[in-house]
Amino acid sequence: MSSDATVPRKEGAPERPGLLREFWYYFRENRGAVFGLWIFAAFAFCAAFAPYLVLHDPTEQFREHFLQPPVWQDGGDWLFPLGTDPLGRDIASRLIAGARLSFFVGVVVVAVAASGGILIGLLAGFAPKWLDAIIMRIMDIILAFPSLLLALVLVTILGPSLVNAMIAIAIVLQPHYVRLTRASVLAERQKDYVTAARVVGASRLRLMVVTVLPNCLAPIIVQGALSFSTAILDAAALGFLGMGAQPPTPEWGTMLAEAREFILRAWWVVTLPGLAILVSVLAINLMGDGLRDALDPRLKRS
Amino acid sequence: MLRYFATRLLTFVPTFIGVTLISFAFIRVLPGDPIIVMAGERGLSEERYAELTRQFGFDRPIYVQFWDYLLGVLQGDLGQSFVTKKPVWDEFFTLFPATLELSFCAMIIAVVLGLPAGVLAAVRRGKLLDRVLMSSALVGYSMPIFWWALLLIIVFSGNLQWTPVSGRIDLIYYFPDPTGFMLYDALASGQQGAFASALRHLVLPAIVLGTIPLAVIARQTRSAMLEVLGEDYIRTARAKGLSPARINGIHALRNALIPVVTVIGLSVGTLLAGAILTETIFSWPGIGKWMVDSIFRRDYPVVQGGLLLIAVMVMVVNLTVDVLYGVINPKIRTR
Repeated sequence: MSSDATVPRKEGAPERPGLLREFWYYFRENRGAVFGLWIFAAFAFCAAFAPYLVLHDPTEQFREHFLQPPVWQDGGDWLFPLGTDPLGRDIASRLIAGARLSFFVGVVVVAVAASGGILIGLLAGFAPKWLDAIIMRIMDIILAFPSLLLALVLVTILGPSLVNAMIAIAIVLQPHYVRLTRASVLAERQKDYVTAARVVGASRLRLMVVTVLPNCLAPIIVQGALSFSTAILDAAALGFLGMGAQPPTPEWGTMLAEAREFILRAWWVVTLPGLAILVSVLAINLMGDGLRDALDPRLKRS
Repeated sequence: MLRYFATRLLTFVPTFIGVTLISFAFIRVLPGDPIIVMAGERGLSEERYAELTRQFGFDRPIYVQFWDYLLGVLQGDLGQSFVTKKPVWDEFFTLFPATLELSFCAMIIAVVLGLPAGVLAAVRRGKLLDRVLMSSALVGYSMPIFWWALLLIIVFSGNLQWTPVSGRIDLIYYFPDPTGFMLYDALASGQQGAFASALRHLVLPAIVLGTIPLAVIARQTRSAMLEVLGEDYIRTARAKGLSPARINGIHALRNALIPVVTVIGLSVGTLLAGAILTETIFSWPGIGKWMVDSIFRRDYPVVQGGLLLIAVMVMVVNLTVDVLYGVINPKIRTR
């Protein structure tokens, strides 16, 4: 990808025409990715309109309907299409409300981790050697801890809640962005267009943000998709361990934890929340694979 | 060569100190007064408080405290558990074999199934088999393993009654465990059925823990194989008339193995993170469950020490993998 950042261009002039179309051309070739995109769209739709899609209040307890099976089994009825949980709450409504929480977790974690990571990575790539070394050692230190363990310990310090779980996961995921950004920056800095921009007299800030950064974005976008799914998985894992969202929040991992003792009596209370996690994570990973194939110029021509 | 090892070793030292610093800071940033947290007692009198402050060394400058902590760590002194009053170091190494046994078996499952799956998918690229294998790998890679564990329990422990739900061996068997590796100790004890019982307890947790590494290895093997299969020497081998099995199995796989071995080595962190969930669900008495239990019991010296030991272990393994990688692959050394 060569850049025309040094060519003077009017403010608000259109992006290189066809960039998006070119991307879509390659993305569309990967049928799995398109499939993933559709599921992700459905997931996003549930998240956006959750309050209008639910049949019941996700925390309301119907005392006559404990552990009622889904509608297609004996004893189920349309009032609770996917059955109820041990406290008589509607599982379908809780799953939809949970979609909103998981989507929220993914968006916030990726936004925080990526913006922080890109900033630090840019700094490291342009900083003098000693500062770069210090930054990278700090990232090594964070990466030395297994991610879930570090997140658990951070939540222990901050106190268990969904927001703290999100902070912890963002901190744990952020070094990956630093490493990626720094590696791309170091590779791009050698190129002629950057030297040209420097000769023309671009300030360091302009070099960093306007000249180099846009050309480092491809791997970061792919990482964004991957960490979106990691964030959902880790938040659910923390919820499952009791250190994430707290009951009665309809978070998928927390729902699983609450249902654990009923696994041999009522399969639906355990199966459905896990299936929701798996399907959304799978869809995002499918999309991520497609993004990588479409954005990675090395693989494009093969 | 020496230079490569030397620089790699040199980066280990600051990282080690940093990791120690984090575990040192852990107790001090917990909400509440660290002395009350450390004492683990309620209703401290003022004299007792002052005494404890002196005893823990909190009255000295923070850098002196850290220096002492670091020296202690280097001598294997990580404090003692509030609950059991045993040294954290000893507890860790009593429980570690259980985690090692589980992780080792999980890794065997992952490698034995993942390598052939990746090779097959690469050889039959674009065919139905490739798609089936790679779709399954992606499902495995996306699997919330705590849910996967529950599903396997429903099917194999609940419906089929084949495997037990928790623990390492049936309670009717009792024998000394000199090594801590249940499979070996059960076999060595010579008791009828002990080994089978240990194996039945191990199967489900090992499958659960091995799932994600299995998927990663299959995907990595496939892409490494595809890269190698496009090389000139493979074409030469084909032109010489070698059998496809020989080309794929020997010429290609051997060269594709380098990145795969690295992935296997570097998945130790993933494995330990997975062990936290797996051990908690199956009540497997290893360090993952130990850490989670300690967090809930507010047994902070254990959390602090365990955190440090696990991080150092991951670092040592990564260092070893890097060094071995330098030995196998000369290209990386000269960089």
